[in-house]
Amino acid sequence: MPKDSGIGASSKRREDVRFLTGAGNYTDDINVHGQAYVHFLRSDIAHGRISNIDTSAAEGMPGVVKIFTGKDFEGVGGMPCGWEITDRHGAPMQEPPHPILAQGKVRHVGDPIAAVVADSLEQARDAAEAIEVDIEELPAVMDMKAAAQDGATLIHDDLKNNICYDWHLGEEDNDKVNEVFANAAHVTTLDLINNRLVANPMEPRVAVAEYSRGTEDYTLYTTSQNPHVIRLLMCAFVLGLPEHKVRVVAPDVGGGFGTKIFHYAEEAFCTFAAKACNRPLKWTASRSEAFMSDAQGRDHVSTVELALDADNNFTGLRTNTYANLGAYLSTFSSSVPTWLHGTLMAGNYKTPVIQVNVKAMFTNTVPVDAYRGAGRPEATYQLERVIDKAARELGVDPIALRRQNFITQFPYDTPVALTYDTGDYNGTMDKLEAAADLAGFAARRAESEANGKLRGLGVNCYIEACGIAPSNIVGMLGARAGLYDAATVRVNATGSISVMVGAHSHGQGHETAFPQVVADMIGIDESMVEIVHGDTSKIPFGMGTYGSRSLAVCGSAMVKATEKIIDKAKKIAAHLLEASEADIELKDGQFSVAGTDKSVAWGDVTLTAYVPHNFPLEVEPGLEETAFYDPANFTFPAGAYACEVEVDPETGQVTIEAFTAADDFGNIVNPMIVDGQVHGGIGQGIGQALLENCAYDENGQLLSASFMDYAMPRADDLPFYGVDHSSQTPCTHNPLGVKGCGEAGAIGSPPAVVNAVLDALNAGGKAVDHIDMPMSPSRVWAAMNG
Amino acid sequence: MYNFEFERPSTIADAVAALGGEDAQALGGGQTLIPTLKQRLAAPSKLVSMNGIAEMQGVCIEDDGSVAIGGATTHANVAAKAAGSYPALAALAGQIGDPAVRNRGTIGGSVANNDPAACYPAGVLGSGATIVTNTRQIAADDFFQGMFTTALEEDEIITSVRFPVPQAASYQKFLQPASRFALVGVYLARFADGVRVAVTGASEEGVFRWSEAEEALNKEFRTDALMDLHVNPMNMIGDLHGSKEYRAHLVGVMTKRAVEACS
Repeated sequence: MPKDSGIGASSKRREDVRFLTGAGNYTDDINVHGQAYVHFLRSDIAHGRISNIDTSAAEGMPGVVKIFTGKDFEGVGGMPCGWEITDRHGAPMQEPPHPILAQGKVRHVGDPIAAVVADSLEQARDAAEAIEVDIEELPAVMDMKAAAQDGATLIHDDLKNNICYDWHLGEEDNDKVNEVFANAAHVTTLDLINNRLVANPMEPRVAVAEYSRGTEDYTLYTTSQNPHVIRLLMCAFVLGLPEHKVRVVAPDVGGGFGTKIFHYAEEAFCTFAAKACNRPLKWTASRSEAFMSDAQGRDHVSTVELALDADNNFTGLRTNTYANLGAYLSTFSSSVPTWLHGTLMAGNYKTPVIQVNVKAMFTNTVPVDAYRGAGRPEATYQLERVIDKAARELGVDPIALRRQNFITQFPYDTPVALTYDTGDYNGTMDKLEAAADLAGFAARRAESEANGKLRGLGVNCYIEACGIAPSNIVGMLGARAGLYDAATVRVNATGSISVMVGAHSHGQGHETAFPQVVADMIGIDESMVEIVHGDTSKIPFGMGTYGSRSLAVCGSAMVKATEKIIDKAKKIAAHLLEASEADIELKDGQFSVAGTDKSVAWGDVTLTAYVPHNFPLEVEPGLEETAFYDPANFTFPAGAYACEVEVDPETGQVTIEAFTAADDFGNIVNPMIVDGQVHGGIGQGIGQALLENCAYDENGQLLSASFMDYAMPRADDLPFYGVDHSSQTPCTHNPLGVKGCGEAGAIGSPPAVVNAVLDALNAGGKAVDHIDMPMSPSRVWAAMNG
Repeated sequence: MYNFEFERPSTIADAVAALGGEDAQALGGGQTLIPTLKQRLAAPSKLVSMNGIAEMQGVCIEDDGSVAIGGATTHANVAAKAAGSYPALAALAGQIGDPAVRNRGTIGGSVANNDPAACYPAGVLGSGATIVTNTRQIAADDFFQGMFTTALEEDEIITSVRFPVPQAASYQKFLQPASRFALVGVYLARFADGVRVAVTGASEEGVFRWSEAEEALNKEFRTDALMDLHVNPMNMIGDLHGSKEYRAHLVGVMTKRAVEACS
């Protein structure tokens, strides 16, 4: 029986009322009296040496307040990287400077060269056109393998080469790995590309900054998933400002998908320049700017090899990946191809020997960083594609091959540094087989064939490490931050509750789901609880929202703070009821004395806390508690996905006919919101598999620089999804037993789509091993006719 | 966007006068021009909107049975109002862009722009339509002169386009997945005196007639007639979304589907 409130209820998303009626308050909705506008002059050359910048003509133009170039930021810190990777030889990664405005060189199309502050945006743009920039063009370094060669053109003159780091994880002994492959009964090898993506949140990035001469305080409104992280990075590493003089506000944010985690030069610029100009400043990215300045995602080129014994047991896995970092290190870029990728290469399988090798490369492209899934989709894609290829080569059922190799005992220590606490991969696969009616596939295939279409079924599993992350572990791995979170529960005198959380909600539905937890714990109506987020002046120091962590980490802090509240309220109730605290029970918002009919209501206790006339003297008045929560381990959501496609043999056009997701997210607070998260993730995964492609030419010009050429999935590209999350093995180490659901869809779906297309082609007599994403009609047709 | 003057005349004569100034430009629905202006890639001194000219609006049937569409008629209006008189053309209009585009974009604007992947040029050329301007009438075969190039003189206004109505016609559009322009679009019209096949999206030269297919179909209006015909990939567009060879292949497939739809 579905619940109608509290944990487990599909409460309707309260925030949607304002989002859907135009009542949201986004950063671009914020205008400060007297504000001036910022326009960035960006490089249209991918790689070059700046020989001269002449701003003299532009400075005299109407409305111009001030023009900034790299010179104005000499002595100011650059954009920091939040994760130091140690390479395979024990040396730190190469970490080049990342200036706010280009200094000496431009390194990608879109690299900001100058910034114009003017009374109006059009005046700023007019003046930017009058800035003369002389750039001596250098060869663009675009191909990662060529970039790694000795003698390749250097992107950063002070580095020894273009390799940020050469990293490995898992089995160090090459001889041992070679032996596993030499002794294998079968080896499957696959070269594949995980295509570069542009996140394209509906709302572009925006920064509004003001400086008060009177109080010497700064306020930055910015489109961020983690305002406290932005404040810390900007104050401590970029501008050298005291944190208590800086307030960072991330109001309603129109989608993040990872690309709004990072600290960007534009927001630091606006904060710095607001003081320099003594004017509030506003910058709103155009969509074109978003394409060339928002951190992009994925872009791995990999070779993966799977060794199997004569009984089809996986005996070894080796991967070699080139990971593109772009021209500069974005905030968490270095962690994505390493600790968020290599650690997931065991997948759901008990492969005993695994070796992961990653060369992370600088190229003359927009920086690459976390994008929904961040490293885990790249790992899943390699693993689930090579398993599928192995099944085809061996002529065995791809589901049976997976089941045979599933991890079934928990906890399980993988050969790549993780300990899975719990899971039931066979149980989840059972759910998938039923929910997707895989037994009926043959009949559906026959029907498609009768219509002249090739039908294919792709199935795969995934696992992800979420609930990021135990601070002590990530600290050892090079993280320059803790990854706990925090919540303050403030009970008001009349019993309503404000919960100040470090997590940020930008589409995830926290404003609905978080109150369900608190209300459920106390037994009051959800409408009495509201969360406050996105403002460093209001919320405790939490690390924000990414990595499917909000409920598992911040939610756990909220539970702990609520437990403190309940403990204290019980003391007050015991005093009011003249009973022992140990005998007080809380149910449905009533404190009662066990075994009696004596009770006092939640509201009476909270009022007493703030009007403490009849009050226990040893207890402090008020009812407000804060808790920080640092997880003991990652959480491990896992699942099995099935995709059915039709391929038009004449055109290569792929249509998704059915998509079913069976996920194990542990316990679930709001099933409807979880469905929505899975739907969105699958939409992005299908986008990657069939449509999206961030492409540059050999000169570093962005070919897919607008929606005319970058294909975002539209509603009619996507099917109705089947989503089943009844397979539930609760997380063993957080109080709610939750695992996280935000990224699963984007991680699990691309291999399912590719596997399905290849199944269709092979069933149709076309022996095709692999097609790189996006599987555009042109590529599928070429593969069929190649 | 740079500043410009804006005029919205109510007669063709006033529009012609308004366009007489230096750097003045006609504005239809603005579905290409406005984004171009926003990117500061064009800087006309004056835009002259065609949307206030009543005599350039709507769909009517002429005495000879042809369908005349006012140059400022939106795609949505063509889709709705030509559905009875020329269903294949109405269907083409209903596939352009999305509802926002169809409610702003106009036939005159599209035809004058002659985007190599636009739908209307295929419909106009495939129908053997006549482009009527404020000064003359131009046969479709003479009008389209290569990518973004037409027979229009400076300041000449497309006041209407006149379509002879074929016995059967079909527009087969294969979508470019990002823009949803035609990756390849084939408009086939079957008249008493012969078949016309016009192809958009595919060629570096813009919309073109596939004369080999027309000849073959004139002999025998069956898909089999196309079996041995191949478009030379050499002059096709090759880009992110499809190779030259793929576009050449799609011309054949879409033409075959148009024949099936008209059979």
